[in-house]
Formats: sequence, C-alpha cells, structure tokens
Amino acid sequence: MGLFKFLKDKFSKKEENKVEQESTKTYVQGMEKSRKNFASKLDNLSKRYKEVNATYFEELEEILIEADVGVSLTLRIIDEALTESKEKNIKEPKEINDLVVDKMFLGYATNGGNIVNEIRFVSEGPTVLLVAGVNGVGKTTTIAKLAYRYIHQGKKVMLCAADTFRAGAIEQLTIWAERLGCPIVTGKPESDPASVAFDGARKAKEENIDLLIVDTAGRLQNKTNLMNELGKISRVISKEISGAPHEAFLVIDATTGQNGVVQAKEFKDCVPLTGIVITKMDGTSKGGIILAIRDELGLPVRFIGLGEKMTDLEEFDLDKYLYGLCLGDEYE
Amino acid sequence: MAFESLSDRFQRALKKIRGQSRLTEANMDDMLKEVRIALLEADVNFKVVKEFIEHIKTKAIGEQVYLKLNPSQMVVKIVHDELVELLGSGDSELKYQKNKPTIIMLVGLQGTGKTTSAGKLAYLMKKKLGKKVLLAACDVYRPAAIDQLKQVAAQVDVPVYSLGTNANPVDIAKQARDKAFNEHLDVLIIDTAGRLQIDEPLMEELNNISKEVKPDEVLLLVDAMSGQDAINVANTFNSKLDLTGIIMSKLDGDARGGSALSIKHLTGVPIKFAGVGEKLSDLDIFHPDRMADRILGMGDVVTLVEKVQEEIDEKDARKTAQKMMDGDFTLEDMLEQMKKIQKMGSLSSLMKLIPGMPKISEEQKLQAEKEMKNVEAVVNSMTPEERRHPEILKNSRKVRIANGCGKTNADINRVLKKYEQMKAAMKQMKQYQKSGRMPPGGLGGLGGMPF
Repeated sequence: MGLFKFLKDKFSKKEENKVEQESTKTYVQGMEKSRKNFASKLDNLSKRYKEVNATYFEELEEILIEADVGVSLTLRIIDEALTESKEKNIKEPKEINDLVVDKMFLGYATNGGNIVNEIRFVSEGPTVLLVAGVNGVGKTTTIAKLAYRYIHQGKKVMLCAADTFRAGAIEQLTIWAERLGCPIVTGKPESDPASVAFDGARKAKEENIDLLIVDTAGRLQNKTNLMNELGKISRVISKEISGAPHEAFLVIDATTGQNGVVQAKEFKDCVPLTGIVITKMDGTSKGGIILAIRDELGLPVRFIGLGEKMTDLEEFDLDKYLYGLCLGDEYE
Repeated sequence: MAFESLSDRFQRALKKIRGQSRLTEANMDDMLKEVRIALLEADVNFKVVKEFIEHIKTKAIGEQVYLKLNPSQMVVKIVHDELVELLGSGDSELKYQKNKPTIIMLVGLQGTGKTTSAGKLAYLMKKKLGKKVLLAACDVYRPAAIDQLKQVAAQVDVPVYSLGTNANPVDIAKQARDKAFNEHLDVLIIDTAGRLQIDEPLMEELNNISKEVKPDEVLLLVDAMSGQDAINVANTFNSKLDLTGIIMSKLDGDARGGSALSIKHLTGVPIKFAGVGEKLSDLDIFHPDRMADRILGMGDVVTLVEKVQEEIDEKDARKTAQKMMDGDFTLEDMLEQMKKIQKMGSLSSLMKLIPGMPKISEEQKLQAEKEMKNVEAVVNSMTPEERRHPEILKNSRKVRIANGCGKTNADINRVLKKYEQMKAAMKQMKQYQKSGRMPPGGLGGLGGMPF
C-alpha cells in the first residue's frame, strides 16, 4: 500500500545525491504540462466523490484513456482495481487512485527482465546503434542527443546518415556532426541507404570507433517495401560487424496514439529492436502509449526526451516518470 | 495487428444486427459498445465518442418504425450520417484572393509534416491550378530545415524566399509577402518551425507573423497517428491564431486518424487536406463523406473514380467499362486496364479505395502486383488474334507462348483462368447493377480481379 508515499519518500531531497537530483529535476520540469493534465484530473475526481461508485470508475477510465494508455489495457486496469476495491472494501477515492496508478505501472515493472538503459557496449570493436521510426518523431535530434551523451562519457562516436530519402536529412545530421565535433559517414541523396550503412560500419571499424549511430529515413510501418529496406540495412551492417546492430531503438513521439503499438510491433518484426526512445515528453501528452507497448510487446523504454536541450535526454526511470506525472509539484 | 480496424469493428458490430429482424435496445447496446471501443482505439477523443454514441442511440430509437423494415441498413445510415456530421459537412476548399496573393501559413508541432505539405501544396497549386507560387522559409531553428524546403521547392520548380537562419522569422515573412505583392504572384506559402503549443515565446512569434502578413489561411498540421492530446494542441493553436483549416498528414499509414476527427468536432475548424503519401502529388482535398465511408469499410469509391478520371481518357474509359459490362472483354482489354491502373501509382494506395478490400494485407497486395507482371508477360507473347479470342489457345500455341515469355504452361493457364473469372465477374456486376444492389461483400468477392 502507498505507492504515492513510496515515491514521495524516494524523491525527497534528503535521500538523493546531486546527480540524481538533477535528473529528477529534469523529469519534474519536463513533465510539468503532462502532469497538469493528468494529476490534477485525478485530484479533482477524488475531491468530487466521498465514496467510490460505478461512475467514479467510469471517470477514472476516461482519465487513463485520455493519457493514451489504450482501451484494452485501461479496461483491464480498471477491472482489476474494481475487483480489488470490493475484496478489500476500499471506498476512499484517493486510495483508489493510488491503486489504479500502481496497477498502471506494475505491469511495466514486472513485464520483461531487468532493464539496462545505457547502451551496452561490446568488448571489442564498434558498437552499432540503429535508430528507426515513423516520419517526424525526432530520430535525427535524438541521435544528436545520444551522440552528445556518449561523447561526454569519453566514447568515440561516429554518425551515419542512412536517411538518403527525405529532403535535407543528410544536411541536418551533418550540421549536428559539426556541432558535436564527431565524424559522419554520408552517401548521395537517393542512394541505397544500406550501402551507406555498410560504409559506416566499415569506417567505424577502420577508425576504431566505440559507437556508430545509424540514422534511417522515417517510414510508415505499413509500407512493406520501406520496411524491407530497413531490414536490409540491419542485415548489411551485421555482415560487416558480426552481432551488429547491437542496439536498435524505435523512436516514438509522445503525442502518438494507439497506432504506437502497431508501430512497435511492425518494427520489431523487421529489425531486432532493443528498446524505445520516447520523444517530446515536454509537451502536454502523457505518453501512456509506452505502457501499452510494454504490455503488448515487452519492449522497454531506454531513453526519454524531456526538452530541447542536449542534456534533456534522460535515461528512462519508471519511478521518476511516475513521480513526474503524478507528484512532481511537491518537489522542492 | 494489435487491434481491429475501425472498419472491421463496425462491420462485426453491424453483423450482430444484420441477422436480426428488428432492432432492440439490447442488440443496439451491444453494437454501441463495439462502436465505442472502436472509436477510442481509433484515438477519437473520449468526449466526442460519448456524444457520438448518444446521438446514434437517440436517432435510432426515433426511427424505430422504419428500422423494423430494414434494421441493418438503417443503422449503417445513421452511423454513417453521424460520422459525416462529426467530420464536418461539405467540401472545405481554400479561398483564393482575386487580385492579390493568397497567403497561407502552415503551423504545427514538430514533425507533423509542415515542410513536406508546403511542397505538396505548391505542387497542387502550380500543377493543377496553374498558380504562381512562392515559398517562405521561416523555420530558422531546426538544422537544415531551409535546405529541406529548398530541395522540395526545386522538385516543384517554385522559388523559395529565405534570409538564412540568422534572420527573424517575422521579417522573412514580411519580406516574402512584399515580394509576392510586387511580383504579382498568386500564392505565398509560409513554412514555420514546429513548436509545442505551450511554448509561449514561439507561439508569440507565430502570432506576430500572422499580425504582420495577415494570412488568408492558417492551416494546422495534424499527424494522423496522434492520440488523445491532439485536441489540446489544436485548441491552443486555434485560440492563439484563429485557424482556418487542418491538414491531416500521414493518412497513408494504418493509423485510424480519429484524433483529427475530434478536432473538427470540438474546434469546428474544417479539415481541408489529407497527406496520403511521400510523393509531392500525394495531397488530397479532404472529403468528410468519403472519410466516413472509409471508416465504415465502404471503401472510398469517389476518390478512386477521380484518380482514374485523371489518368484515363473518359471516353476511352466508358468504352472499356461498357465492353466489360457486356462481357465483350478480351485479354487485350484486361492488359490495357491493368496498365492504366499501374500508371495511377502504387496499387496498394488504390486498393484501399476499393470497397470490400480493407482486409487485404500488404503482402497480398505485393503478390497482386507480381501477378500483374506475370499477366503482362504472357499476354505480350500472344498474337493479336489470340488476345482477342483466347478460346483458340490449344496446347501447341501455349507451348509457343510459354517459350516466348519464359513462363510455364501452368502460368498461361492461370492467366486464362483469371481472365475467365474477371469476365464472369463483370457479367455478374452487370446483373447487380440492373438489380440496383452491390454484390455481397463488395468487390472483395471477385477473387479473380487482378487489381
């Protein structure tokens, strides 16, 4: 009992070290707008009812759906909470809210094994990270932030511009490489992206690169040809560097609705996805889709984009996410 | 698939009623539950869903007497009408100024497709309407955004007004407007940077551009994949900028696009265009009634017809159609038809428009495309006589044809069988046309159709 209390204790300043404080602060600030929509709604609801009843649960259901948690997962959570509240005779609205939020995240925490967020580097040769996603989710920006992160950890990072399709994509990544001061491998516009990826893998080996990040063109998951092309990119990389891509991230925009689950499924079928990066969490969206994705496919979120600064890409931490979504106003 | 499409849900929900002789409160409730889940899974805002369900209930109950006559048809009609209502009624076209440039401003969150849509609008206006277009590059923030716009513009062959990334977007817009006026251009399209609706300084910047250039149209880009929060985005943009329309982007994906429907309903801002592909020509005028048909799984026949009309000479088409209906349909006609369809773009995008087709997977579509190449090879190796009278094909002729096109006898037989099926299907269509109803299951029942 007492998820909220647990979070409050965990994120009280006394308990945290400096680095952790910074990170918690990024979550709290980045998710301010999301929180306003979610936490205040839960709060309002609990204030309007003295005792929970059927309509109370209906309204709870709507709050979860509005957070893009998805219909089937929402119905299941509400159903479980309803049963449990009857069994334990819980009638206090605040306790029910606590219970429902607990259930929302329990599934995430227990589904799948231990999660390591940081990129897992191989002991020898370059580690390759493939970044994929539908159009406009922020792949290139995420790559820049990841490169920044690992350059600052002392790694030799190289970028590879395998988005040869979208106008301006190569230029965009090139500008980032210049700003970050890291090498980049590019091809001609409209050239075969797999051959650019191959060049990238070869150069990364030659230049003793620690981390090669491969950018790919945005593609809608129902376009078979484009998905096959992505599969080919992944296979070509593995030919040059065995076991690569060691990491493959799917970038998902926090504003994404229920189609996010389909995206994750189709991309997972196409390349060996090792995680999700959720971007644009500094908007008003709640990003509930990550719960639905985890529920259906077991894919973990590895990083979360909480703002436009290079340092606003944080390791994903369920407790911090939850704290940022529900309780952040009490921080400091 | 993680969940059923809205069409499938509706079809299943409606099926429950289809077999029953009358509409009762109980079976209505069943169906409405399905409709509710379907709409929520389609990312339609929950408030809109609530209203939608209520409307259908009251309407259906009000028309009970009529319903007894034909319950399923009546429900289809009510759901359809209600969806059209939700999507907005009538076509929403852009209003062009007569004696001065029409100014269009594109706004939206990051990654919704503003720059791509700017290119598509320019293409539409230049190619289809013969207008002189200027693009203004006001996204000075995202790296290479101006490069992107320039590359897109070069493909359409329209000029871009840019002052680089160190200029103020308001100044760029102002100067671009002056240029458009001085050079008597027809349209100025202003591409702005993506921004969060809660980013006060950047929203203020948009407001300033708008005050300065007084756009005729302010169009918000909405991603078809966006979820429940889309309505908050649209509300804020609308309250700050007085939107005149919505462009729904990425509708060629498999997202249901329910969020954009909610926006129309809750803000009253009409959806004017739909982005339906990556090519510059892939921007359609948005038709609410057609969208409703699509949601209901009735196919988007009107769009298909229009697409066909654009590519095919009408007289020619009518002749072929008549021939098809008359059963006077040769292998040549079949090949001709198939070539025309190929010309219209990818088959997969057309398939979506055909009624009764929603369940066909992408794999199957590719298969169909392969099949078509097979037919072409076989028919091309025939003599004109054989193409017109395939019944004369005996074994020796088949062996010759097989050698000619590098296929097997079995391949040729498959083509012939397909032809027979198509011919039979056409005859059947004619009968249905006479009786005034569609074949059960739409055209999906015509397995022999090569497209």
